[in-house]
Amino acid sequence: MKLFRQHWLICGGTGCQAAGSIAVRDALKAEIQNQGLAEEIAVVETGCNGFCAMGPVAVVYPEGIFYVAIEVSDVPELVSEHMLKGRPVSRLFYKEPATKNVIPDMMDIPFFAHQKLIALKNRGILDAENIDEYIARDGYQALGKALTEMTPEQIIAEVKTSGLRGRGGAGFPTGLKWEFCQKSPGEIKYVLCNADEGDPGAFMDRSILEADPHSVVEGMTIAAKAIGANEGYVYCRAEYPLAVHRLQLAIDQAREYGLLGENILDSGFSFDLHIYQGAGAFVCGEETALMRSIEGKRGMPRPRPPFPAVAGLWNRPTVLNNVETWANIPQIIQKGGAWYASIGTEGSKGTKVFALTGHVNNIGLVEVPMGTSLRTIIYDIGGGIPKKHRKFKAVQLGGPSGGCVPEEHLDTLCDYEAIAKVGAIMGSGGMIVMDDSTCMVDMARFFMDFVQEESCGKCTPCREGTRRMLQILERIVEGEGQEGDIETLEELAAMIQTSSLCGLGQTGPNPVLSTLRYFRDEYEAHIRDKKCPAKSCVALLDFVVDEAKCKSCGLCFKNCPVSAITWEKKKPAHIDLSKCIKCKTCFENCKFDAIS
Amino acid sequence: MAKLKISDLAKIKDQVTQATSLREGGAQVKVTVHMGTCGIASGARNVLNAVMDELTKSGRKDIIVTTSGCMGLCSAEPLVTVEKAGAEPIKYSHMDDAKMRQVFNRHVLADEVQTQWVLAKGSEQ
Ligand SMILES: Cc1cc2nc3c(=O)[nH]c(=O)nc-3n(C[C@H](O)[C@H](O)[C@H](O)COP(=O)(O)O)c2cc1C
Ligand code: SF4
Ligand code: SF4
Ligand code: FES
Repeated sequence: MKLFRQHWLICGGTGCQAAGSIAVRDALKAEIQNQGLAEEIAVVETGCNGFCAMGPVAVVYPEGIFYVAIEVSDVPELVSEHMLKGRPVSRLFYKEPATKNVIPDMMDIPFFAHQKLIALKNRGILDAENIDEYIARDGYQALGKALTEMTPEQIIAEVKTSGLRGRGGAGFPTGLKWEFCQKSPGEIKYVLCNADEGDPGAFMDRSILEADPHSVVEGMTIAAKAIGANEGYVYCRAEYPLAVHRLQLAIDQAREYGLLGENILDSGFSFDLHIYQGAGAFVCGEETALMRSIEGKRGMPRPRPPFPAVAGLWNRPTVLNNVETWANIPQIIQKGGAWYASIGTEGSKGTKVFALTGHVNNIGLVEVPMGTSLRTIIYDIGGGIPKKHRKFKAVQLGGPSGGCVPEEHLDTLCDYEAIAKVGAIMGSGGMIVMDDSTCMVDMARFFMDFVQEESCGKCTPCREGTRRMLQILERIVEGEGQEGDIETLEELAAMIQTSSLCGLGQTGPNPVLSTLRYFRDEYEAHIRDKKCPAKSCVALLDFVVDEAKCKSCGLCFKNCPVSAITWEKKKPAHIDLSKCIKCKTCFENCKFDAIS
Repeated sequence: MAKLKISDLAKIKDQVTQATSLREGGAQVKVTVHMGTCGIASGARNVLNAVMDELTKSGRKDIIVTTSGCMGLCSAEPLVTVEKAGAEPIKYSHMDDAKMRQVFNRHVLADEVQTQWVLAKGSEQ
């Protein structure tokens, strides 16, 4: 392979593409050509680097320089200064929001420095569309080992030793699941990958497929050998075109190399893999619904048992794992289960990937060892709350099946049991940080709306119960809450949890229950006092300036889109209610909490 | 493309890691070609191409080649600095294609400093 003295790894993940990374890549290539550098400098498009909010991002090796928010107009300077003269362009370095420190070296940036990469080992460092680069980073070594040196029992034993648990939400031990399936009688078995990823705000699985699709292909092939399957499917939502594209390329390249198909690596073992594009219904992420969907039927859950390990796809024994679970497998086989089990806590081993979003400085994808505290993730990696006059309120984990963790429990560690103890779940990795401008009742309403929309309608408690809960929550945020609403919510929640067939109904009330656990007073304030303490619910706001609190800064006046505010220097502001359109812009701008 | 055998994986890995090793860190030798305007005018590009060519031929994975700006010594350009782990940086002046190849093969690979072209000892600012 040709040597280049400098490699520019431009992020071509979905986030950076949306910010224009493809245009930047093309401009770089064109300028490199113009300057006669094409023989010296390589431009490589990678998958998501994790720091999506700063996109388009690029890493330059050998220096390890990290550039953020690159624009096409920056390209000539980057080429003439950095590529030609070796002088990095400091104005495009990352600036730490809190300290304003400029940090050129990627691994000195706290966002990256506190992470530990296993599932995302290859993110941002290789060309996801080139199988050779995957192989160069030890790719398919584990498969070679599994196929030629290990028995199915040894593979399963290694995965059991690792302590790996499913990353799709429920956290079931992966090795045990494989063992059940291996022991199920049957000539034909299947290996499936769940890439339905439906939680609002979650994009862990998409990023893995975009940045390192071969890790999933390799993990699934190893499992196929362990359980005795010759065919597999990746169930991917159709809204992930780039992930589907890169995965298909990976499958094609693996086939061409004989790493999929007949007689893999001359071992006598055969396995092939297909992509099934789902229509994107959330409930199709549930395992039995997913399998029905691949069978061409409507994706609706069915009762278990029988479990998929016994009767799954087309009633054959089947193993289904999540994308991130699969991405861990090659390294567990290569480095050993004991190595993996040395990372993490007693009951939760290895690492977990989170999609960090909401009111936090560094929005992006993070991978941390189990046992890292939520505080470390939010403050050290996430850089804390962006607005100075705002305080942390809670972090929502596990999306519509999960719950929130308030300040008092921020030292909770990433550990399945520890998080469950405080009323949330590890979940698949959605992590939404909320500051004190967030109304917890409205947040619960948002997730209930989602669950109600996504209920497949098969079970009456889930279909009707979530509708009733949603109606009550909507009334409360509209200022029409009544005494007894909280109790009714709790009764409905218990009923839905116990009498729904699948996880959607069984866990759907969780966001309401966990906000009731920690923020019951907020519900009461809405219902009894017709007040929203976070000043978020429009129906409960007066749109009046409190003259005692107003410091006459005029920020509300400057930002009101319809000039409904009158203000003069040194005089408190005043809102003309006949002009006000209740957009809440003034609330967001007032640093003194003077508007209510 | 023929179907791979296990031994082929190691071959691919070997070929590709020479090309991608600079992303992994851990380099033992760094060769810097100084590329100010004057350096470029006096032929630094030929020097750079020569060192890349020799590096490819050597098959070594622990050597990186970088550029840097003008050192303010325009009359001595093209300038090249060779830094080896555990040794003082050595600067060479008035480099050209042939001299660069010799420095690479004798000094970088074989540890014989080519004193006849050395400018001065000591690290660059
Ligand atoms: C309503 C519902 C939606 C789900 N959506 C997903 C999903 O999008 N991705 C996923 O991996 N698991 C999802 N699951 C969990 C799967 O049913 C299953 O447990 C998981 O894919 C197993 O893989 P794991 O053991 O590797 O986590 C969902 C479950 C329910 C009840
Ligand atoms: S619990 Fe809800 S989503 Fe699940 S099967 Fe029943 S109705 Fe459908
Ligand atoms: S809510 Fe909007 S329209 Fe009303 S006063 Fe404030 S900024 Fe102006
Ligand atoms: S898409 Fe570029 S960093 Fe995530």
